[in-house]
Amino acid sequence: MLVETDSCNSPFVLDANGLGRLIASLHASGHRVLGPTRRDNAVVYDEVRSTSDLPRGWVDEQAGGHYRLKREGEAYFGYTIGPTAWKSFLHPPKQSLWSTKTGNGQTEIRPASISDEKLAFLGVRACELAAIAVQDKVFLDGAYRDPHYAARRANLFIIAVNCGRAASTCFCSSMGTGPKAREGYDLALTEFITSEDVAFLAVAGSKEGAEMLSTLPTRPATQADIDASTEATAQAESQINRRIDTSGLSPLLKENPDHPRWNDVASRCLNCANCTMVCPTCFCTKVEEVSDLDGVETSRVQSWASCFTSDFSYIHGGAVRTTPKARYRQWMTHKLATWVDQFGTSGCVGCGRCITWCPVGIDITEEAAAIRSGNKGG
Amino acid sequence: MAHIPDPHLSDPMVPVLARVTNRVEEIPGVVTFEINAPQWQGFAPGQFNMLSLFGVGEIPISISGPSFDSTTIIHTIRDVGAVSGAMATLEPGAMLGMRGPYGTAWPVEQARGRDVVVVAGGLGLAPVRPILYHLITNRANFGRVTLLYGARSPDEILFRNELSKWRAQLDMSVEVTVDHADATWRGHVGVVTTLFKGADFDPAKTTAFVCGPEIMMRFGANALTDAGVAPEDIHLSMERNMQCAIGLCGHCQIGPFFVCKDGPVFNWAQMKPLMAIKEL
Ligand SMILES: Cc1cc2nc3c(=O)[nH]c(=O)nc-3n(C[C@H](O)[C@H](O)[C@H](O)COP(=O)(O)OP(=O)(O)OC[C@H]3O[C@@H](n4cnc5c(N)ncnc54)[C@H](O)[C@@H]3O)c2cc1C
Ligand code: SF4
Ligand code: SF4
Ligand code: FES
Repeated sequence: MLVETDSCNSPFVLDANGLGRLIASLHASGHRVLGPTRRDNAVVYDEVRSTSDLPRGWVDEQAGGHYRLKREGEAYFGYTIGPTAWKSFLHPPKQSLWSTKTGNGQTEIRPASISDEKLAFLGVRACELAAIAVQDKVFLDGAYRDPHYAARRANLFIIAVNCGRAASTCFCSSMGTGPKAREGYDLALTEFITSEDVAFLAVAGSKEGAEMLSTLPTRPATQADIDASTEATAQAESQINRRIDTSGLSPLLKENPDHPRWNDVASRCLNCANCTMVCPTCFCTKVEEVSDLDGVETSRVQSWASCFTSDFSYIHGGAVRTTPKARYRQWMTHKLATWVDQFGTSGCVGCGRCITWCPVGIDITEEAAAIRSGNKGG
Repeated sequence: MAHIPDPHLSDPMVPVLARVTNRVEEIPGVVTFEINAPQWQGFAPGQFNMLSLFGVGEIPISISGPSFDSTTIIHTIRDVGAVSGAMATLEPGAMLGMRGPYGTAWPVEQARGRDVVVVAGGLGLAPVRPILYHLITNRANFGRVTLLYGARSPDEILFRNELSKWRAQLDMSVEVTVDHADATWRGHVGVVTTLFKGADFDPAKTTAFVCGPEIMMRFGANALTDAGVAPEDIHLSMERNMQCAIGLCGHCQIGPFFVCKDGPVFNWAQMKPLMAIKEL
């Protein structure tokens, strides 16, 4: 289902007060509203009780291995993206899958209950919508699906906010995912500056979104509003200067497992796994056993795992990928190449998080270009 | 937006309670179990189950019994670590968790009317045993049947009684070799590929099933293609770390494949280029 801003679904304008009403309405309908907040000098997604929790007037400055917030302007959504990915809520870092209880010689297996919590995400960027769509494919479209993810997803209300700025690490446009949200939202907002304040061009992308919009204090958008919001998106687009050339990229990477560049990047990579933790599409998990001392109660706990660790590929006799080279190659080749074979889409949406949060500033766009150019590691 | 399936259908990560009904110690450290689980509907040769010991962990184990018996579940487990070691101590009556069966099957029926060569190394004899049961039960449907088995030493030969029974059968050829002989051993010595020389099959009409350590499968598959068997007719079972067995945890990948759902059984045309890449 595709809803274009400029088509039949006519846009409305919401002011800052209306944004507050939106948050309140979501609370009133039983949603837990999650959105951008400023914590530890970063924009992280967390509980939003009102507009005063939003990082108004803060923007980020990002580069390889660099992230800093600074004061600039009056926008509520002037930052781009921070370290948290929405997967933290849909596919949490740790969750119990089931537990057992033994008594009187009887053991009982108890599946973890399926949560019926209603979540609302406020401020989902276009690249992040794409990332959610990627994880939907992983968790919902295969022969087996994750019922916990499915439940959270079924009860999710998504408010996309189009970017008005891009970070130096962003490359969504070359991955075909942004900077403008095209589908996968209930409501999409574009923030623009008016003479008095900020305002939001609001478009519904679903029936639920349209219903919500109809309850809010809005006015129909004028051509000037539409132009202002188009300009905001165009500004973000013009600021994007990183890119990945995706043409023939999947076969290119698969045909180059012995390219010297893999040794080069492996000599820089710390195998810290930061990139996989911040990446909004990385989905790997491991399971561990938790047991009370007398073994009466046990539980099976699932948590995020990273292909950068050696135990990830451990089988009896030793790990399959013992070298940092093999692990970096697995990660990047999966993201950009084999993901396409597995799920019919790239595993990278161009959000740039792995570049910003890599302590040594390894840049996936640069690494992909180096493999393409036949750069012999120098 | 995405089509969201009903979250309240059963959770594929949650096992059912199964009970050990029989235990046979095959050789020191290797135990064959019979297990009873509710709602079991049978399996196809080559498939595996995820077995859980509560408070210990969960591991993938192939089904080593006959696929025509759709009530009993048979597993042969070697004690190599925490979970397999604890499992190897289970006695009849013990409870464990089970989910499955998972994965692709040995395409045994594709071998109808053809010669069949089964090549196994070490514990790899367990995952191919369902093939042998199938071939023996439907013997008339197949051409020449050959089993080539290699073990490290005579005291590590698995399923000894069955091997001698099969060897005595006139309509199949069974050859066993050991890497290291002892004083009692009067058979072949050397790696399993040395048995190919004496084997009688028509390479153009042969389907091969190979299971064992990765290096042994690589040598075995290469020896078969050298003999003229087509890579598409050589099938092998891959082993990778598995945390879910349902394509969701990411651990079992080899290139574009998830071993748990696209495998564990692959053909040599699929695996050869990937196994040629170091540490893929
Ligand atoms: C499809 C498949 C079929 C198998 N069939 C059999 C069989 O029929 N009989 C048998 O004895 N063994 C079989 N194995 C191997 C068996 O799963 C491992 O020996 C077992 O997982 C080791 O776990 P552990 O806890 O005892 O060892 P540890 O060394 O303590 O392992 C710790 C953890 O690492 C992982 N791990 C270690 N080795 C392997 C491995 N080889 N494969 C996958 N994960 C591993 C597991 O998560 C395990 O819990 C099979 C493996 C696969 C993938
Ligand atoms: S690989 Fe990097 S840029 Fe691509 S989606 Fe993951 S974190 Fe974002
Ligand atoms: S690429 Fe960077 S973030 Fe990823 S594991 Fe290597 S050092 Fe860590
Ligand atoms: S074992 Fe989890 S994806 Fe294959």
